[in-house]
Amino acid sequence: MAEFKEAPAGAPVGEKLLTWVDNRFPASKLYKEHLSEYYAPKNFNWMYFFGSLAMLVLVIQIVTGIFLTMHYKPDANLAFASVEYIMRDVPWGWLVRYMHSTGASAFFIVVYLHMFRGMLYGSYQKPRELIWIFGVAIFLCLMAEAFMGYLLPWGQMSYWGAQVIINLFAAIPFVGNDLSILIRGDYVVGDATLNRFFALHVIALPLVIVGLVVAHIIALHEVGSNNPDGVEIKAKKDASGKPLDGIPFHPYYTVHDILGVSVFLLLFSAVVFFAPTMGGFFLEFNNFIPADPLKTPAHIAPVWYFTPFYSMLRAVTTPFVNVLVGLLLVAGVMGFLFAGLKGIWRFAPMGAAVVGAGVLLAFDPKFWGVVVMGLGVMILFPLPWLDRSPVKSIRYRPSWNKWLYGAFVVNFLVLGYLGILPPTTLGTIVSQAGTLFYFGFFLLMPWWSRLGEFKPVPDRVVFQPH
Amino acid sequence: MKRLLLVLLAALTWHGAALAASAGLVPWDRFDTKRVTDMAALQRGAKLFANYCLNCHSAGFMRYNRLRDIGLTDEQIKSNLIFTGAKVGDLMHIAMTPADAKEWFGAAPPDLTLIARSRAGFGKGADSGADYIYTFLRTYYRDETKATGWNNAAFPNVGMPFPLWELQGQQRAVFETRPDPHDASKTTQVFKGFEMAQPGSMTEAQYNEAAADLTAFLYWMAEPAASNRVRLGVFVMLFLAVFIVIAWRLNAVYWKDIK
Repeated sequence: MAEFKEAPAGAPVGEKLLTWVDNRFPASKLYKEHLSEYYAPKNFNWMYFFGSLAMLVLVIQIVTGIFLTMHYKPDANLAFASVEYIMRDVPWGWLVRYMHSTGASAFFIVVYLHMFRGMLYGSYQKPRELIWIFGVAIFLCLMAEAFMGYLLPWGQMSYWGAQVIINLFAAIPFVGNDLSILIRGDYVVGDATLNRFFALHVIALPLVIVGLVVAHIIALHEVGSNNPDGVEIKAKKDASGKPLDGIPFHPYYTVHDILGVSVFLLLFSAVVFFAPTMGGFFLEFNNFIPADPLKTPAHIAPVWYFTPFYSMLRAVTTPFVNVLVGLLLVAGVMGFLFAGLKGIWRFAPMGAAVVGAGVLLAFDPKFWGVVVMGLGVMILFPLPWLDRSPVKSIRYRPSWNKWLYGAFVVNFLVLGYLGILPPTTLGTIVSQAGTLFYFGFFLLMPWWSRLGEFKPVPDRVVFQPH
Repeated sequence: MKRLLLVLLAALTWHGAALAASAGLVPWDRFDTKRVTDMAALQRGAKLFANYCLNCHSAGFMRYNRLRDIGLTDEQIKSNLIFTGAKVGDLMHIAMTPADAKEWFGAAPPDLTLIARSRAGFGKGADSGADYIYTFLRTYYRDETKATGWNNAAFPNVGMPFPLWELQGQQRAVFETRPDPHDASKTTQVFKGFEMAQPGSMTEAQYNEAAADLTAFLYWMAEPAASNRVRLGVFVMLFLAVFIVIAWRLNAVYWKDIK
């Protein structure tokens, strides 16, 4: 236990109260460690707004969500009407509902940008691997949260989107059928599904997400923030032990983030007040029709933030699996020739490739589609170990890396765009190429991230006073 | 960067075209949404709606007394627009059950509360649902091959007979026989336009006005809070614009110490 402190005799009441609290709860200590004496690099750029913005959106979602649950009815016969009741009869209900629906899309926009920032500046590299892993776990929970929330308005797209996605689980060999019934609580999406999704959406997942966000920030404040130069500011400290390139988070980054928040709110409000459906991207038009289990819509597409991964799912067809088998066998032969293994082990890569090819061919391509979609997210977890680059930031990596990361972004957007369209022959071929590129980017990273000429990393961060 | 934008733009156009192909015989006419701010037009639309639609179609998420927003009093609503025993605070339900409707018409007439939102075309903008309705109301034509004797160019093989025929009259569709572009040995019927077989009680201009009023009402009903939302949005944007300037200057004051 820390030593018991006394406020000086003539101290004001506020100081006495704080001393009283500090003796029982580390209020001042927490404030110093996480705000006033948390030293962040002074060279953050605009891409560093998205972390605090993601927190803001999380708060918006929780607060608006609380008010929505006061009027929403998780019942297949009442859900759709209760949402329209919120839109029409509840005072300010329309605003709360639009903030929540726009917030869902905004969450993914800021989180995608936040993750991409981490990739650009190597923020996942040692010693920040756990920050990244907690972050990917948040992203995963967020996807589940958004998927379950989308069922709640009980419109046609809610219903059929959930039907399609849950049916995917049925493609898993042996346990799939039972698993999908367990998720639905019924043989088709119905009242039981709506009730459990409501429970998971309003309490289970938000609780996990908030817990992971706390872990994410504790891990961040333990090792300190990375920055656009990828320089460790803790390596250069002044006489009092403060990093020379560090500035206290409060007030410098709090005022900075207020600016970011105000710009974000302007864009967010523009959507909420002037284009709440965002042309059918944030609220799909079909979802203004109550769910009808007997009427399948002509075209079922998930909301935009899932479509890159949905494209990857649809890309996996029988010919595509055959291509994967071919790639695997080539890799096996390459391993045989160049891996430099001795004795009987020389044949191990080839044997593994043949077994792998057999497994690939043994199951339905639909199952592999589900696997590919899942791996599309899971592959982010080992990123800290896939990247073997000697420097963190893209600023000091070989120049062609910028093109590669640019192509990665364009590829991701193209996959997302194709995912909202009905499947076409050309679209399928493009999304297959896109899927190979997406996985190639990560799986070949141990190789390409070491190539090329790296630029010298400065000792101190690059900063122009402004 | 510029080239990339061009490619994306080209892709978007292609996507719009791909989705537009699924529509009916005619492209949707543009509905001018300015009419939604015209209270008299909305009131005329409400009258048409109550007289011609609300017998078979419900508007089950809409309360009668919300019509106060378009300038009607409870008394006017009660005496002019409620033909059932409903109270003025009730939802616009109908007496016909979905089961009966299915037996009588083959399909239950859809609820119309949100029809202007749900009928919007993907990639055509949120207002395109009104374009669709405005087109649909004006493209009914006589088709003896159908059980009801009616067909619609915006909604081929529509189940609903034309409820406004006394107003618009009875149109015939004119088709032209042309060689099939895919198979020279065949011919194909191409829709050319309408001709009035038997005029109704309104001229074409009057009927277009009436259809626009009804469309405006349906558009308004799909989101009664919309005009309030936009009006409020302007103030929110102005406030945030000022706030951004303050936040920007505040930021600069603090950051001038950082060298």
